[in-house]
Amino acid sequence: MTAPEDEAAAARRRDRRLAMARAFADNVPHNHALGIVIEAMGDATARFRLPYAAKLIGNPETGVLHGGAITALLDACAGAAVFAALPQLQPIATLDLRIDYLRPAEPGRDVWAEATCHHMSKNVAFVRALAFHADGETPIATAAGTFMIATKLGTVAPRGGGA
Amino acid sequence: MTILGHILAARAAGEPGRLLAAIPYAQFLGMSASLDSGELVTTMRYAPHLIGNPALPALHGGTLGALLESAAVFSLLWAAETAVLPKTITITVDYLRSAGPKDTHARGIVTRLGRRVAAVRVEAWQDDRAHLCATATAHFLIKREG
Repeated sequence: MTAPEDEAAAARRRDRRLAMARAFADNVPHNHALGIVIEAMGDATARFRLPYAAKLIGNPETGVLHGGAITALLDACAGAAVFAALPQLQPIATLDLRIDYLRPAEPGRDVWAEATCHHMSKNVAFVRALAFHADGETPIATAAGTFMIATKLGTVAPRGGGA
Repeated sequence: MTILGHILAARAAGEPGRLLAAIPYAQFLGMSASLDSGELVTTMRYAPHLIGNPALPALHGGTLGALLESAAVFSLLWAAETAVLPKTITITVDYLRSAGPKDTHARGIVTRLGRRVAAVRVEAWQDDRAHLCATATAHFLIKREG
């Protein structure tokens, strides 16, 4: 059985780690340019919101957001979920990201993204993510991505780097 | 004029740059299109707001994904007769190396053109066309006559 002070210390470490991960995700210029709001960070999860904005429109006739804006939101949110899952902060880099567009985002409505880092090996983190308008509603897009962990400055994937 | 009208006019005039003028998100990312030996090349001009990793610095993966997706759409619109704007069904982006704070170019190769679905492979590079920073494959819903 763990002593209460150990549990308290573990909780403090966890809070510090998540605060660092949030600060890291918040320090991304393009996230700010998009207007992304970090709503929540969990142990291996992140929840972001992309407020609807005219500059992100892909089709001016309908006012529907460009797919690229959804891609950027899912990529950013997936990366944050990896940061949240890492025992200590390390540089990461997206290796690949697949996005399935289920339906267009509705004009005028914010888009949320939720990502979970569901597996972490020595070199690679595996993430699933979802973009949606509101809880319980049918999703806009799903994503699956892999991230290299502990990338050196200036490199993305180590040569011959597999899982 | 409808967006598809703009696109058809740009193609008729041989001015690919006009493809992007009507798309707010393309303006936000600083995208332009030009012809290189008859091939359509989409360029994302570097700007500080495109950065994802300030420590390296490196472009945000999302901006590269958006560039690849846009380049695929533009090459499809440029190459093919479609009665509607292509809708992305799925896109898979492979990040090959980090993209530095400079202009990024992309070209799409239409690998299959059906009546309802088109497949496009896309390549992105910065200084050297042989030194790709990202690639993608994407499927689009289209509508072709006949």
